[in-house]
Amino acid sequence: MKKSSNYIKLEFLSRSTNEGFARSAVAAFASQLDPTLDELGDIKTAVSEAVTNAIVHAYPDTLGKIVVRVRLLDGGVLEIAVYDWGRGIADVEKAREPLFTTGGEERSGMGFTIMESFMDTLKVRSRPGKGTVVTMRKRIAQRTGRA
Amino acid sequence: MEVLTRTNGREMTLAISGELDHHGAHGAMQQIDHALDAALPLSLTMDLSGVSFMDSSGIAVVLRAHRRMAALGGSLLITGVPAQARKVFDAAGVPRLVTMQ
Repeated sequence: MKKSSNYIKLEFLSRSTNEGFARSAVAAFASQLDPTLDELGDIKTAVSEAVTNAIVHAYPDTLGKIVVRVRLLDGGVLEIAVYDWGRGIADVEKAREPLFTTGGEERSGMGFTIMESFMDTLKVRSRPGKGTVVTMRKRIAQRTGRA
Repeated sequence: MEVLTRTNGREMTLAISGELDHHGAHGAMQQIDHALDAALPLSLTMDLSGVSFMDSSGIAVVLRAHRRMAALGGSLLITGVPAQARKVFDAAGVPRLVTMQ
């Protein structure tokens, strides 16, 4: 377990209007690591995918609680965990496959693929009927030669 | 999320601006569908230069336009893709399917 030097915890209702709030809040917290614009874009995109998954798939016919916990770990590592207490994922391996979706024509099925390619690590724990935790980590390189 | 439509005969340009996420994509898809139904274009250009953020919801929007233009026997061109959106398209392999400038 890596030591955490700082953290935030956001709790919000699974309304789609909160997608923008969640990614902007995480990006604002992450900015203390002095990420590049490119890295900030990666973080916002990954958060957007994880939170959208919770809104669309965990609570398809109802509104529920979503918690996003963000920690700063040793070595400039940002850890983002997205928790829901919704329907859960029956087959996590299948859900992580590119193009797999149960969300119909409005979803691309590329959410997990994008989280994987934009972050360093991605872990998904889920229990049907209990909920899902998606944990992602990304190391933000220290930049030198900056004022 | 805003979709501006410009039609010139059977050529149509859709300028999309704002944050193209799941929250915005539903409305954008409806507006694009209505615009395509009204004009039945043979050539569609989607200008994404005003998109300030895009996640995989934008992929679904572009692939839907791609399918609809294929059904009309027409062509689709995506222009003005910002760097952040480009990374999302690249990660999903979308440029292999759809022409992007």
